[in-house]
Amino acid sequence: MSEQTLTLDDHEHHEHGPAKGLLRWVFTTNHKDIGTLYLIFSLTMFFIGGMMAMVIRAELFQPGLQLVEPGFFNQMTTMHGLIMVFGAVMPGFVGLANWQIPLMVGAPDMALPRMNNWSFWILPFAFTMLLSTLFMDGGAPDFGWTFYAPLSTTYAPPSVTFFIFAIHMMGISSIMGAMNIIVTLFNMRAPGMSLMQMPMFAWSWLITAFLLVAVMPVLAAVVTMMLMDIHFATSFFSAAGGGDPVLFQHIFWFFGHPEVYIMILPAFGVVSQILPTFSRKPLFGYHSMVYALIAIAILSFVVWAHHMFTVGMPIGGQLFFMYSTMLIAVPTGVKIFNWVATMFKGSLSFETPMLFAVAFVVLFTIGGFSGIMLAIAPIDFQYQDTYFVVAHFHYVLVPGAVFGIVAGVYYWLPKWCGKMYDESLGKTHFWLSFIGLNLTFFPMHFVGLAGMPRRIPDYSLQFADFNMMASMGAFLFGASQLVFVYLVIKAIRSGEKAAQVPWESAEGLEWTLPTPLPYHTFTTPPVFESKL
Amino acid sequence: MRRFLHQLSITLAFFIPGSVYAAMEMNMPRGVTDTSHIIYDLHMLILWICVAIGVVVFGVMFWSIFYHRKSQGAEASQFHESTTVEVIWTVIPFLILIAMAIPSTSVLIDMYDSSDSDIDIQVTGYQWKWQYKYLGEDINFFSSLITPKEEIANEQAKNTNYLLEVDNELVLPINKKVRFLFTSNDVIHAWWMPDLAIKKDAIPGFINESWTRINEVGTYRGQCAELCGKNHGFMPIVVKAVTQYDYDIWVEEQQAAAIAKAAESEQEWTMDDLVAKGETVYQKNCAACHMVDGSGLPPAFPALNGSDVVLGDIETHMHMMYYGVPGSAMAAYGKQLSAVDLAAVITYKRNAWDNNTGEVISPADMQAYIDKQ
Ligand code: HEC
Ligand SMILES: [Cu+2]
Repeated sequence: MSEQTLTLDDHEHHEHGPAKGLLRWVFTTNHKDIGTLYLIFSLTMFFIGGMMAMVIRAELFQPGLQLVEPGFFNQMTTMHGLIMVFGAVMPGFVGLANWQIPLMVGAPDMALPRMNNWSFWILPFAFTMLLSTLFMDGGAPDFGWTFYAPLSTTYAPPSVTFFIFAIHMMGISSIMGAMNIIVTLFNMRAPGMSLMQMPMFAWSWLITAFLLVAVMPVLAAVVTMMLMDIHFATSFFSAAGGGDPVLFQHIFWFFGHPEVYIMILPAFGVVSQILPTFSRKPLFGYHSMVYALIAIAILSFVVWAHHMFTVGMPIGGQLFFMYSTMLIAVPTGVKIFNWVATMFKGSLSFETPMLFAVAFVVLFTIGGFSGIMLAIAPIDFQYQDTYFVVAHFHYVLVPGAVFGIVAGVYYWLPKWCGKMYDESLGKTHFWLSFIGLNLTFFPMHFVGLAGMPRRIPDYSLQFADFNMMASMGAFLFGASQLVFVYLVIKAIRSGEKAAQVPWESAEGLEWTLPTPLPYHTFTTPPVFESKL
Repeated sequence: MRRFLHQLSITLAFFIPGSVYAAMEMNMPRGVTDTSHIIYDLHMLILWICVAIGVVVFGVMFWSIFYHRKSQGAEASQFHESTTVEVIWTVIPFLILIAMAIPSTSVLIDMYDSSDSDIDIQVTGYQWKWQYKYLGEDINFFSSLITPKEEIANEQAKNTNYLLEVDNELVLPINKKVRFLFTSNDVIHAWWMPDLAIKKDAIPGFINESWTRINEVGTYRGQCAELCGKNHGFMPIVVKAVTQYDYDIWVEEQQAAAIAKAAESEQEWTMDDLVAKGETVYQKNCAACHMVDGSGLPPAFPALNGSDVVLGDIETHMHMMYYGVPGSAMAAYGKQLSAVDLAAVITYKRNAWDNNTGEVISPADMQAYIDKQ
């Protein structure tokens, strides 16, 4: 690779930049371009999924049916979930990985650049297909993002087939992205960088990539079985033909539980980069952080049925899944304690990335607490499928996964575009989001405990106050994301020039590179010296 | 002045619905069974443990945020490892978890023991209502939402039990062990009664068990908890717990009513009576999918106004009603409705909206068809 570049350099010009015109983005194999594409795609999906959330919250603003039909409401909850999970959060982290992994491990690019191009370009087609179902006869999928059979098979709208193929395409894209990351991290680290010296972000993505490669095929299997049930008269999930609807849930959650870690582990990585920088102190317990990541990943394969405590499992199964789920709290706790210990006795400052990272630790921990409560099978009977669960997973996904991505963007944006963002706009974005999201999701704990089921378009009167509060919070949160878009555009167009190391004590190979970043970096491998 | 205030409060209530609604509930109900009490206590225990851990963790964190700031001149120390501390904060959570697991396990084992029940009730979920069959008692009825459409559409003030009211409540005696057998006729539903701390999935083709023993007389309300299609939010559950004495009276009434109902099919029906009865049956059972005006929601739910089946051969129409369409949302109503109801709804459909066949299907015709099956 590097020899090739050298010969090119000799015969042609010294620096060769991006191709001209829009086709650059179609044919690019450059990890930076592809990272940008992923991030823009993720942001677009975040807004589309967010608009659906606004429809949901507007309908739930007051009791009674005001804006939408119950059938359309179900399409909104379903599409909101699918788009946020597969369209916003996962591509967001792949975008960060594309930008940062080569820069952080000293590689010139991803190991498989053409596959990288392909894995991105599948996504717009997959999501166009998924979104097109909204305009089909019978409407979009309306069976929840967890698409339990037989509601999603025998009783599904005709558009379910398009949904299945869209999922297949997303799966192919994710698997290719994950393989690329694994190969890059195993083969292209700078000389001298052992696995145990990789930055935490790289570690978190390595583990995530293994989870993806392991479980996306399971998702593909379950949607294929649905396809067979719908079109080829099999009965995997239909009791009438000798199948079992609960089998669907087992397979789905065997994918689904690791999936939730897929969405959070890279955020752990981002936060583990940011906290030490702004605490001006090394990450506490690097080794135990790595072991905790591995422990969480392994445990995530044996806890899936905690999503199914009410399906009527035998008591042995019930107890097994309760204990294994509780066990996950141990490595997760280790991570949280390590982050707090990193901040302890540091010299802290609170630039925007740090604000998002600190909020991440606090709010993710709250999501973790409700997670422990949900793990206890007998009390889960009272929480399962209520707004308490909705509150729980939004606490781990919004201030968890989404804040992770946003924190990463703030942290590395000055390096990517060579310009500084407007710090006070950043802080405004943070505080509005922080208030908005707590106003949205905290009251959901209360209505859930008081008995409000999830996925309903209308509710009884005792839930009215908290729902109105949640809706107002959601509108605030939604609107404040526009600040973010404005901030990014402003930074790129007219931001002040950023220093090579914009943060006082940022460590890592990415900061050894000049600002603005050349189109090709590390064409000759850097020399890595560990500080550990 | 008082009148003015009253007026004002009504006007305001329109804009700030919160102010007039029932008290804000913000915690799990303690419920009315021994199990629900234990579960509530366990919930509070775990909640407080989490709060305590939170106070410690966030305490340390906010301490650092306030006292270890660069702007306060804090110098960063450079420690980054301590095996002792790391072992401690792995082991302590582990011990706390064991402390949580022990009571949880014992409650769970108790909840799974549904032996020696006094009453057995089969609960079947349908899109979008519940069927209760008292096994061995010859009592069997459906229970569906009765909140008026106008309240849902905001054309009328909502009553206090908005969306949590049904036509036929599940009546249970207190202090008796009641065993439930849950199943479903179509998709998966979940029967959830917070005050009894029961939530169990009703799964087509499978039977799940659960039990309860209610301590207090009262009316308790819950909802379907598993997404089951369009009207998932509109299939509430109401349990009325009564004394054994009242329960016995209720059982007798039900049985007498069943006999009266059987007699109906022998009675002579005029077309007007049948159409009127058919309309009520239709509103209650069919309008959710086929809509009040028979226009349906194609392609999911076909229109009945002008439908070939409805206007065509009577035998085919009866077959459709009796067997439904297996593997679709159209249920087999032969199992759900009496001969009179079936005859009435068929007559109604053949004469409602733009359908003017003028044909009457008598309960006797329907009974004859049923007997052939
Ligand atoms: C849960 C939704 C649902 C309910 C409730 C329901 N139906 Fe249906 N019905 C359907 C569906 C779906 C079909 C189409 C079945 C198919 O052909 O696949 C259908 C078909 C029919 C047809 C045949 C129409 C045609 O033109 O093919 C008739 C007649 C009918 N229903 C009558 C009724 C009556 C009478 C009731 C009330 C007792 C009722 N349905 C309740 C969903 C429902
Ligand atoms: Cu239901």
